[in-house]
Amino acid sequence: MNYTPVIGLEVHVELKTQSKMFCGCSADYFGKEPNSYTCPVCLGLPGALPVPNKKAIDWCVMIGLALNCEIPLFSKFDRKNYFYPDLAKGYQISQYDEPFCINGYIDVEMDKDSKETKRIRIRRVHMEEDTGKLLHEGAATLIDFNRSGVPLVEIVTEPDFENTHQVVQYLKKLQQIVRYLDVSNADMEKGDMRLEPNISLKKPEEKGLPPYKVEVKNINSFRFVDKAIAYEIKRHEELLTDGQTPSQETRGWDEKKQKTVSQRSKEEAMDYRYFPEPDIPPIAWKEADITTLKNTMPELPDIKTARFQKDYSLSAYDATILTREKEMADFFEKTVKTAKDVTPKQIANYLINDLKLLLTQQAKDILETVRAKYHKSEMNENELQTVIDDVLKNNAKLVAEYKNGKVQVLGPLLGMTKAKLGNNADMEQIKKALEKALS
Amino acid sequence: MNLHQLTITQAKEGLQAKKFSSIELTKACLNRIKQTDKTLNVFITLTEKEALNQARQADDKLAKGEDLALLGIPVAIKDNFSTRDIRTTAASKLLNAYIPPYDATVITKLKDAGMVMLGKTNLDAWAHGSSTETSDFGPSKNPWDPNRLPGGSSGGSAATVAANQAIYAIGSETAGSIRQPASWCGIVGLKPTYGRVSRYGVIAMASSLDSPGPMTKTVADSALVLQVLAGKDPKDATTAPETVEEYTKDLTTTIAGMTIGFSDEYFDGVSEEVKETVLAALKTYEKLGAKVKKISLMAPTYSIAVYTIIQRAEVSSNLARYDGIRFGHDRSFFGQEAKRRIMLGTYTLSAGYFDAYYKKALKVRTKIIADFNSAFKDVDVILAPTAPTTALPVGASLDQAMFGELADMLVEPSSIAGLPGINVPAGFSKENLPIGVQLIGPQFAEKKLIHAAYHFEQATDFHKQKPTL
Repeated sequence: MNYTPVIGLEVHVELKTQSKMFCGCSADYFGKEPNSYTCPVCLGLPGALPVPNKKAIDWCVMIGLALNCEIPLFSKFDRKNYFYPDLAKGYQISQYDEPFCINGYIDVEMDKDSKETKRIRIRRVHMEEDTGKLLHEGAATLIDFNRSGVPLVEIVTEPDFENTHQVVQYLKKLQQIVRYLDVSNADMEKGDMRLEPNISLKKPEEKGLPPYKVEVKNINSFRFVDKAIAYEIKRHEELLTDGQTPSQETRGWDEKKQKTVSQRSKEEAMDYRYFPEPDIPPIAWKEADITTLKNTMPELPDIKTARFQKDYSLSAYDATILTREKEMADFFEKTVKTAKDVTPKQIANYLINDLKLLLTQQAKDILETVRAKYHKSEMNENELQTVIDDVLKNNAKLVAEYKNGKVQVLGPLLGMTKAKLGNNADMEQIKKALEKALS
Repeated sequence: MNLHQLTITQAKEGLQAKKFSSIELTKACLNRIKQTDKTLNVFITLTEKEALNQARQADDKLAKGEDLALLGIPVAIKDNFSTRDIRTTAASKLLNAYIPPYDATVITKLKDAGMVMLGKTNLDAWAHGSSTETSDFGPSKNPWDPNRLPGGSSGGSAATVAANQAIYAIGSETAGSIRQPASWCGIVGLKPTYGRVSRYGVIAMASSLDSPGPMTKTVADSALVLQVLAGKDPKDATTAPETVEEYTKDLTTTIAGMTIGFSDEYFDGVSEEVKETVLAALKTYEKLGAKVKKISLMAPTYSIAVYTIIQRAEVSSNLARYDGIRFGHDRSFFGQEAKRRIMLGTYTLSAGYFDAYYKKALKVRTKIIADFNSAFKDVDVILAPTAPTTALPVGASLDQAMFGELADMLVEPSSIAGLPGINVPAGFSKENLPIGVQLIGPQFAEKKLIHAAYHFEQATDFHKQKPTL
């Protein structure tokens, strides 16, 4: 290809706080009955006022710290004014010129299997609130405000990405970091991690940024990230080779058609008339507050991976797999601590190779196994009766004792019946049938 | 006994002494309303049934010996306070069918204090004005002369107290909306420090300025009500954690030694009669032992532009939620004044104009705050006229695009600085129209203001005069 991609990413991460960003409603809205997690504040009723969720702000700063950002000691919220039916107040409370975190970075692999790293600069990390959700049903559009006001952290990079591999690495790292911090589930499919790449192409020797960029929305799955970006890059390349400049616009990724479709022109940027949010006093941190937040953060993946290699003499490969999820890394270390006669390497081998099957199992497979183990199946009535009759016939003495008031003999009778029926038999069902037969 | 003529203090005494019941008191007020509201047009929504219910409950509590702060006393509430299950319109046709599912914090506090709510009073639509003439439900009238306006935006609340319909009322001030109608109607109007009383549930006009407050017949009454309303609210992030003082205590302690400041800049554009009244008030204070000191303050005319820009910018954003999708009617129901303010506010926030207008206004705001801070190093409180004139005739505000902001010139500086102010009746014009004076204090100096106002009131008879309506 004659052109170098110039890609910047805007990622929105939904925080898994108990409450929404500016009210006490539960933020656990996914899959719930529409408009059941609302209140005057997130519905934008007259007179309602926003009160910021401190935990959400702390978590935003933690994300910024994990991304090596500077945390300015003064920050504020601003109003972003525009109309859309899912925006209850007619403005979104966000941050404009004084966000919580700025000037960070994260290093990713330059390319597949490359030993070189590429530093992606993080321009800013800020807080905002999510909007309601529109559902189109025929000619009507329904609005569900359950999601209105849920805390969102927006992470914006400089246009430093040069290929889709770097983009995917970045997303995976970001996902891993917020899961380590336990501030978000970062599930693209559930919408708690959303991505908007800004894409353009330039000639390798060109200095500065290209004279256009295209924003791509609606990439709802990890699977489609590189497909969508690759499609867009190809589309730009074709236009540029043809002597045309791609239009500056917003395009949507169409999953079914596997292509991007023009949505609206980005030529005239909306005038959001940003001004400082008068309902929320600005936030003034003390250095000590930031230090405290830093100290409450868990050890981050990259640090942990390096430490595992050093402390446990593990290969980079093994260390990376063990630290992919914090729970697994913690479990490994706990095991190592209690082990006296096995080496960390041996434990690592077992976890990675032998338990790999367990680790790669889907939740539904695991549930099947558990179900089979613990749930007893309903017995066929006739089969049960036949077995019971048999048992009672062969134990006339016990039956007589039971009828004379010695009820504890039911135990052995139960045991005998169950033995004949097998492990899956439902004890309750047998007991009821036995008692009935003995009455 | 004309129970509707009582003050809160007198009504409390009477109820406790079992001289009369809350039901009797409430019925007296309701009768007065029936007699006078055709003329005055105070009530947008009269809640007669609920009021009698609340009065009954209050009588039960009184019989048990309960002593809540405002138990059994009828109040009228400005119709921009959300009242659960009771229509709340902000005097706009857009909300004429809106029934809030929740109570404003002020309402919750009043309910906990045992109030009896008579109904919701008229205001300039969306609180946009200083006359009550922009109401979509017609203007309210001044009880002193029904051919004149009561002022605004809390015009209905001022008129109802002056006319002895309600024993007291609740209003809200962004810049003058409590003090100015109090002045035109001859009652006490107290605008607390911004952040002293919760705005949760008050239909927002200008978020950085709105201050709910009491409108009463006497200064002691306003202290009683403020005591109930003041305090930090977890539902309003702009309420202050400052301790709430005991406003009703130490009223009679001497004010000898208190320094009262006044500035000539506040006499510009003011009628002769109003100026005379202020000068007379200063003399009264000297007789009471206070020191009167002339100071220099930034001319109020500078505040007009600052206030207009900040307020209209915030208004343009605060009205965006009235899209007719979730509640209320659509935007076509906005009146002319609302549309004017939305347009100007949007313009001053627009790209390219933000720096020249909104940002600059915020910078000047800082200067106004500094100006007052400096003044309060030399004086305890500042005395000034509340309004440049007495009540204007009905129709005076029509076709006057900046009527409100011009009429409120003398209260805008203190509002912009978030300071508390109180209007007390201080005299009458030759047409027998009330003239009020205002006392302005530093932030959270309500106790000092009430104290100073109380002594002036007790040394004069103006508060005892009532309209002949």
